[in-house]
Amino acid sequence: MTDVTLSPLRAALVGNPNSGKTALFNALTGARQKVANYAGVTVERKEGLLTTPAGRTLSVLDLPGTYSLRARSPDEVVTRDAVLGRLQGETAPDVVVCVADATNLRLILRLVLELKQVGRPFVLALNMFDIAQRQGLQIDIERLSKEIGAPIVTTVATRKRGLEDLLRQVDAVAQTVAPGENVWREPTSADLRHAHAEARRIVKACVKPAERPDTITGRIDGVLLHPAAGLAILLGLLFLMFQAVFTWATPAMDGIEAGFAALSELINGVLPDGLIQSLLVDGLIGGVGSVVVFLPQILILFFFIIMLEDSGYMARAAFLMDKIMGGAGLHGRAFIPLLSSFACAIPGIMSTRVIDNKQDRLTTILVAPLMTCSARIPVYTLIIAAFIPNTTVWGFVSLQGLVMFGLYAAGIVSALTVSFVIRRIFWRGSVEPFMMELPTYKAPDIKNVLMNLWIRARIFMSRAGRIILPLMILVWALSTFPYPPEGATEPAIDYSFAGMIGHFIQPVMEPIGFNWQMSIALIPGMAAREVAVAVLGTVYAVSEADGATDALASLLSSQWSIATALSFLAWYVFAPQCAPTLGVVKRETNGWLWPSVMFFYMVGLAYLAAFVTFRAASAFGLG
Amino acid sequence: MHNGAATTETLAGDVRPLSTARPGERGVIVHVGDHDEHGVLNADELERRLLELGFVEGAAIELLHEGMIGGDPIAVRVDDMRVALRRREAHAISIRFESGN
Ligand SMILES: Nc1nc2c(ncn2[C@@H]2O[C@H](COP(=O)(O)OP(=O)(O)OP(=O)(O)O)[C@@H](O)[C@H]2O)c(=O)[nH]1
Ligand SMILES: [Mg+2]
Repeated sequence: MTDVTLSPLRAALVGNPNSGKTALFNALTGARQKVANYAGVTVERKEGLLTTPAGRTLSVLDLPGTYSLRARSPDEVVTRDAVLGRLQGETAPDVVVCVADATNLRLILRLVLELKQVGRPFVLALNMFDIAQRQGLQIDIERLSKEIGAPIVTTVATRKRGLEDLLRQVDAVAQTVAPGENVWREPTSADLRHAHAEARRIVKACVKPAERPDTITGRIDGVLLHPAAGLAILLGLLFLMFQAVFTWATPAMDGIEAGFAALSELINGVLPDGLIQSLLVDGLIGGVGSVVVFLPQILILFFFIIMLEDSGYMARAAFLMDKIMGGAGLHGRAFIPLLSSFACAIPGIMSTRVIDNKQDRLTTILVAPLMTCSARIPVYTLIIAAFIPNTTVWGFVSLQGLVMFGLYAAGIVSALTVSFVIRRIFWRGSVEPFMMELPTYKAPDIKNVLMNLWIRARIFMSRAGRIILPLMILVWALSTFPYPPEGATEPAIDYSFAGMIGHFIQPVMEPIGFNWQMSIALIPGMAAREVAVAVLGTVYAVSEADGATDALASLLSSQWSIATALSFLAWYVFAPQCAPTLGVVKRETNGWLWPSVMFFYMVGLAYLAAFVTFRAASAFGLG
Repeated sequence: MHNGAATTETLAGDVRPLSTARPGERGVIVHVGDHDEHGVLNADELERRLLELGFVEGAAIELLHEGMIGGDPIAVRVDDMRVALRRREAHAISIRFESGN
């Protein structure tokens, strides 16, 4: 007989928000879950596997941060249920790894005392120990360990320090400590006070105050939270971000565009005219290429967002915007989900789980897709490049960048307006409290920033491969077959299926100035917004007699009126052109009601906005 | 933490809700709770949330920043952490302010 193999272990990472649980999880398991410097980043449970020094398989669970097991919002419910073993098909973890921010022990010790009542064996990880040392904080670890009755390890998650030690302690605790009885119940305010007093006593006994406390955060806040300058700086940052998206990316985009043009030339030279050549040049390069070109812009946008998230500025932005958000009837914690929606509405909608009140959460979910997500960038850029002159106004501001900023502003203003209407007319609710930790500033970690950008680039490219490429093959086929009859006078695409579909929908879109090519683009554009650009690329490429290698933008500027272009932009500010978003709303709200509401209100607004824009622009002679 | 409960208690009491504080004012929390007219949360729920976030009797408080419009919300230091909250909730926290100079 062989030795008894040790059974696999399960450990859960529990702690206050922003204490570094996910950083630790990533360091332990090699995962790449999102880490950022504000409370409420993680809103789901994530599991990862590794092998401990003792050779046991350890499954580690990353959980949303919480101040208490008395779950108040959907993310905290996940943590409570995981710790108590109430999740379906799951038992309580064998070991709880309590992750503490070593520079702020009082709060976590209060939570430790609450966790002890659950009776699971636990280890305390004093994370961010690098910062504690830098501040000259002296912690009597031996004494602290005795006080809480559990082993303590010091860790620096972002530098992968202390992991071995931590795993060894997890092994040891699992071996030697028997789980106790679960006597946890919701603490009353008296319980909380009692635990706080105990935590304070422990801190006093074990921790000498920092010799060099952090003063930088206070000084930076003096500027960034300045009553007058604060909001101006926030607006300035956003303005810079959208200008950068437009102006910095140009060289890289020109390079990519030239690359694809050369590739088309090459294929045209090597392959004989025919179906295969048309599929490759018109369908794939014309379609997918027209989207991939936007990679530099997307990366610049993400660079800004990651810097804001990693530095600790996000919570400050929420602070500065609170009054305005509150005026629009939004919850104070709605800011971060909405700002995340600049990247993509899906993570934005998921992060509304930190909002405790159900109506507040729903309102935020409903308006999140109005924020300008990165998938709109290709659409906006294409139209702007085609129709807005590339000039400078006021000496330094690019006019194209200014229009881009205007579109972002339109998204923000409409989100605030819609939520205002929802809260005034449908849910005349009261204002929920707003309380949020302001984390200390940290210099963004270059490695982390680059890795995040790399992940973003991969997501974008894999979307191009998984969604856009197959769709483009389909669109190409639809716009190529059936062939035009003998002696046809119109361009071939008019006789194809795509042409038929386009002509069929067009009467509905006529009043808002859309031609049939645009109408076709809207349908596959439901899968993802940027697909519309690819479809226009293919449809126009196919409909050009000689497969003109003209860039799509200059082609459009000769085909559309300005009124049509503006109407298309207005449509894209509002239209729910994104099936995955509707899917996430269904999942987050448990049913089809809210995604349907979202779909119809957004289509309605889009049609209305496009109609008004088209008519107004036409009246000004831009038709 | 350093100046101990005994000394603060002997000081002449300038006890007011945190919601009345101006930037730069410091003190110690003497009571968390009294706030029946919050409207949304009942007093007990609000009290527990404040306690969980570290607003507990004896904690050192300093008002760091306030918002532009109506001085709301406010950013306060609670012992070793910084927290943002609205004056409406801050009304439930009574502070014994240091006699200013
Ligand atoms: N200097 C230093 N920074 C750290 C350490 N661990 C985490 N951080 C940083 O602390 C911040 C929070 O880390 P996260 O891992 O996102 O924290 P979390 O506990 O998962 O937060 P929630 O998911 O919001 O509960 C990030 O900016 C990390 O880069 C550490 O050991 N040292
Ligand atoms: Mg996390």
